[in-house]
Amino acid sequence: MSKLCTLKEAIEKYVHDGDTVYCAGFTHLIPFSAGHEIIRQGRRDLTLARATPDLIYDQMVAAGCAKKLIFSYIGNPGVGSLRIVRSELEAGRLEWEEYSHFGMISRLQAGAAGLPFIPMNQTAATDLERINPNIRRVKDPYTGREVITVPPLTPDVGIIHVQRADKNGNAHIWGIIGEQKEVAFSSKSVIITAEEIVDEEIIRSDPNRTLIPELIVKAVCHVPHCAHPSYTQGYYDRDNVFYLNWDKISEDPAAVKNWLDEWVYGVKDTEEYWQKLGSETHARLAVKPKFAAPVNYGDY
Amino acid sequence: MDQSSSLQYSASELMCVNAARLLRDGDVVFVGVGLPNLACNLARRTHAPNLQMIYEAGVIGARPSRLPLSIGDPTLVSGAASVCGMYDIFTLYLQRGNVDVGFLGGAQIDRFGNINATVIGDYAKPKVRLPGSGGSQEMAGWANRCYIITPHQKRRFPEKVDFRTSAGFLNGRTERDATGVRGGGPLVVVTNLGLLEPDANGELILTALHPGCTVEQVKENTGWEIKVAQTLRTTNPILESELILLREELDPDGIHLKGS
Repeated sequence: MSKLCTLKEAIEKYVHDGDTVYCAGFTHLIPFSAGHEIIRQGRRDLTLARATPDLIYDQMVAAGCAKKLIFSYIGNPGVGSLRIVRSELEAGRLEWEEYSHFGMISRLQAGAAGLPFIPMNQTAATDLERINPNIRRVKDPYTGREVITVPPLTPDVGIIHVQRADKNGNAHIWGIIGEQKEVAFSSKSVIITAEEIVDEEIIRSDPNRTLIPELIVKAVCHVPHCAHPSYTQGYYDRDNVFYLNWDKISEDPAAVKNWLDEWVYGVKDTEEYWQKLGSETHARLAVKPKFAAPVNYGDY
Repeated sequence: MDQSSSLQYSASELMCVNAARLLRDGDVVFVGVGLPNLACNLARRTHAPNLQMIYEAGVIGARPSRLPLSIGDPTLVSGAASVCGMYDIFTLYLQRGNVDVGFLGGAQIDRFGNINATVIGDYAKPKVRLPGSGGSQEMAGWANRCYIITPHQKRRFPEKVDFRTSAGFLNGRTERDATGVRGGGPLVVVTNLGLLEPDANGELILTALHPGCTVEQVKENTGWEIKVAQTLRTTNPILESELILLREELDPDGIHLKGS
């Protein structure tokens, strides 16, 4: 069954005020367009979960969408501080819940696998455990030693950007695959955004590359360049210049407001945003192809 | 022969070269961006050609052809041996014990090598909110050997950290051992003045000075009464060949190596 719709329709239907939202992607494939659409639609009181909140949540927090943040590393990757999130946390205006990367991904894994918790070995550092009551200990019934546990994370909505998907929601992803699969399987509703919508035959020609199957997907949106200023492996490069620029913009609330007015509220969709970036940026982010050797599945 | 006298180099270059020398051929290294990434690539191009670089983004056996700005740069993926998800990298690789070396950093490192990358001040009402653990809590616990690269400044070396994001030797080596944690903890802290290493009790002491640096400088820039090893070594001088590799091939734009 085709689940194709516009990103605007998908956000209208599946993202509600007060929801827990997980926009997936460890540096790669971050669905910025979905974040911008959520800002345009004026969602409020969201709990935003991401291992690395990245610029997408800095922008959503700046736009007033968030009540709470769940995270494991708040930085502008490779640049420095995530200024807006940081100042909101320091001012006590934003609730938060914090893990290590492993704690965060274990929560998703528990949610994805339908488990009540996931055990992890001790690290000898106990301060996160001390301040976060969700991090607990149980006795391993086999050795009697203590292991650390975290409960499942089951977002109301998981938003996942992919290289290509068919209209039913079977999605191919390659490159860094951080936590996309776990977010998809742990979320109550899954929205797929894709660089390309392809025939089912393309997906079925390489089933090992399907990280997300149609049976857990609610909506499929064709959104080329959705991940800018992050990247889509093989399609366009990470816009490191923008990540560096955001460090300057985010120093000044007025500059942030102007940026949101111009680049989020001032455009109607990703196509308009991408065209507005201009040909110089397009050329700078273009990638030379480098193909994998084909694999032979055999004709049985 | 390499010429080493009269070479000019930055503090970052000095730390990078000394960190690279700690790596052994065949080591599996959990790499971070910045100086650790440069140190690993330098080691691979010099004495450790079989170094295996693993990135926390889930890339194994990376061969980056350009300097990655972020930990998840696409250049890490193209040409890598394998790519896996986050759960796999932290379980199959790190928790299982398949990582020899982890590089750690943080705003504060204390007397027993504990690291704070979370907050300055009170956790609930922080004076400065720092990025948080990321992958470092598990790396510090489970990598066989950990190394720390940091400039030597008093505010970075307090007697006790405000928040223990990652474990060094807690309040002493026996306390870490009692937790049964598998990794060996921080083995060397590389600063711009010299090297600190844990003594039998897990307390960081000054074991080596870089050429031209003094014990007084180290004492002035450390937040506790730092002990000095009975036999204080001097690190080997930086080689011209190492600097050429760093400047001309590994970081030609000076993104990480410029300054101080």
